[in-house]
Amino acid sequence: MAQSFGMKGSFIENLPKIYGLYTGGFVVFIGLMAVLEQMGVTADTIGILFVAFTVVIYAAIGWLSRTMQVDAYYVAGRQVPAVFNGMATAADWMSGASFVAMAGGIYFGGYGYLAFVVGWTGGYVLVASLMAPYLRKFGCYTVPDFIGTRYGGGKFVRFCAIVVLVVASFTYVTAQINATGTIASRALQIPFEVGVWFGLLGILLCSMLGGMRAVTWTQVAQYIVLIIAYLAPVIWMSNAQGFGVIPQFAYGDAVSRLTDLEAMHQVGTLKPVEAIAGVSALTVPHSVAGADWLSNWKFATLVLCMMAGTASLPHILMRYFTTPSVRAARQSVAWSLFFIFLLYFTAPALATFTKLQVLDPNLATGIIGKSIDDVMALEWIQKWQNVEFLKVVDSNGDGILQINEFFMRGDIVVLATPEIAGLPYVISGLVAAGGMAAAMSTADGLLLAIANALSHDLFYKIINPKADTRTRLIVARILLLAIGAAGAFVASLRLTSILGAVAWAFDFACSGLFFPIVLGIWWKRANTAGAVAGMIAGFGAGTWYLYMVHFAGMTPWIGIDHLRFGIIGMPVSLIAMVVVTLMTKEPDAETQAMVDEIRVPRGETILGSSH
Amino acid sequence: MNTTGSNREVHWERTRRLMITTLILWFIFSFGVHWFANTLNNFSFLDFPLGYYMAAQGSLIVFVVLIFWFSWKQHRIDVECGVAEDE
Repeated sequence: MAQSFGMKGSFIENLPKIYGLYTGGFVVFIGLMAVLEQMGVTADTIGILFVAFTVVIYAAIGWLSRTMQVDAYYVAGRQVPAVFNGMATAADWMSGASFVAMAGGIYFGGYGYLAFVVGWTGGYVLVASLMAPYLRKFGCYTVPDFIGTRYGGGKFVRFCAIVVLVVASFTYVTAQINATGTIASRALQIPFEVGVWFGLLGILLCSMLGGMRAVTWTQVAQYIVLIIAYLAPVIWMSNAQGFGVIPQFAYGDAVSRLTDLEAMHQVGTLKPVEAIAGVSALTVPHSVAGADWLSNWKFATLVLCMMAGTASLPHILMRYFTTPSVRAARQSVAWSLFFIFLLYFTAPALATFTKLQVLDPNLATGIIGKSIDDVMALEWIQKWQNVEFLKVVDSNGDGILQINEFFMRGDIVVLATPEIAGLPYVISGLVAAGGMAAAMSTADGLLLAIANALSHDLFYKIINPKADTRTRLIVARILLLAIGAAGAFVASLRLTSILGAVAWAFDFACSGLFFPIVLGIWWKRANTAGAVAGMIAGFGAGTWYLYMVHFAGMTPWIGIDHLRFGIIGMPVSLIAMVVVTLMTKEPDAETQAMVDEIRVPRGETILGSSH
Repeated sequence: MNTTGSNREVHWERTRRLMITTLILWFIFSFGVHWFANTLNNFSFLDFPLGYYMAAQGSLIVFVVLIFWFSWKQHRIDVECGVAEDE
């Protein structure tokens, strides 16, 4: 690939130069768009250019990375340097939900919602210390590959792992395709149902020809776009409001100011007179933590589910199979979290600034407490109200907008912020491109995780072990197409909100996979029967509980609602696995020696580079 | 360098201890601190209410530093026990 850029040395050596040029090129493109806007090009055209241009770039990278080699297709040839793998993981990780919905969630949910921020970062401590380096030493292509080989090579145990992986990842991927559809339909002015298929086309172009290798290099490119797109408006706004260039450390004043404003506008006291479907009014104060036992318990349980889920989601774990060494896998986890941190510690700042823009009567953008007629005349209010993402109702008929009369959908906080703050449209276009990058990169990783598990573990290891390389890679691609199409079809039905589906994926993963993976590494005694019991009982109990509280109308036990059903699945999984393991024979000497071997970095991987 | 059995035992013992230390710190900043958020909000740090700050930023910084430290420390253990990879 390096040759096509006309550079000396290998592609890997040239990575900093290539992505440096790419970043520079993207900044020039933003500048060009700003110039076009000044020349009077319409906002819609700029939005279309932003989304179309970036998607074409990703597709081009995907095409350049095409391959017919098994280890390049499944693990990018195991040569991705730690820092670049960190960026790719960060893009893989930060989904449409993180990019689009997180700041909105904090806007409406206040302190309680920060459980997601803590949970989705702290999980990487578990990945680094318990999982990633050992799985890298193992040399597997997929997570079921590890479970299957570690637990005696049987077909049934591998099959159980495939089922959990597919359910968790598929739940997640529909949410991502949904997000690409939402953004594509807004930016390109096409119906949502068409947008979903357009998003899928982009996703498949990135992953189909080159598998993990193509996904890796597009994800790095997508990370660069999404982080610029997230940081730019926040830094702009904070400069405008006088909070300095690094607002993340300086918005403490803004948080205190919000507390005063909330008291003034009676946030929490004034409740909406009537509920309006799909949108909500602000009723939760920004920084007040719950004082009672139950709210602390709800915070902690959500944190735990998201963390254990992080450490069990196969599309994340498999990113660490691509590094050149065990040491690089460990360093790469640290870099991943660093790159994720850049966005996650900005999200609360974004929520704070946006809320301040809306609530503060001293700012030109403040709308609460202004006359309804003036507010209705604002362009961004009209625009979002037209698509029913926002609603203004004068419930007490006094002609003034109160806090309980302004309704908004959480998802639009990030997308609408540039307009709320009156930033030029070029920033809105940039944010749309960033949201698209976030949703596409996660969808790529998830689709690949599912297709790889089905092609490598189900087709090759269980159904047809004699298949040759060509057949395997063709099956992998057909599966990718089929699963992508299934995901797009489910997404176009719009069954769940973006965030609900995301949290469920974490709960499914941690219920079924967390303990079988961890104990497979840290407990030599763990055996096949135990792992099967752990997966079936944990996954089964979690799913049963989800069904009962979400669909069958059962009252949740001590605040454990449908977002936290991993709290039920995980202990059941642990107990079932330990009890059944202790009741059955210990694993044979060969398996025990294998576990000893994955615990030291030196030496060959357990599974060969092409297996 | 040879990797004898006892070397490996020492290596695994130290690796386990590092894992436990890491997870204790992880536990404190994942659960311990936030359990007392309401009380911590009475204090302020960089003008933030402290409980809010820890969930929005403080714990995150701790996690990033913790993993870099863990990664460095584990490599040192690997080298000292003679089980590090050849570069």
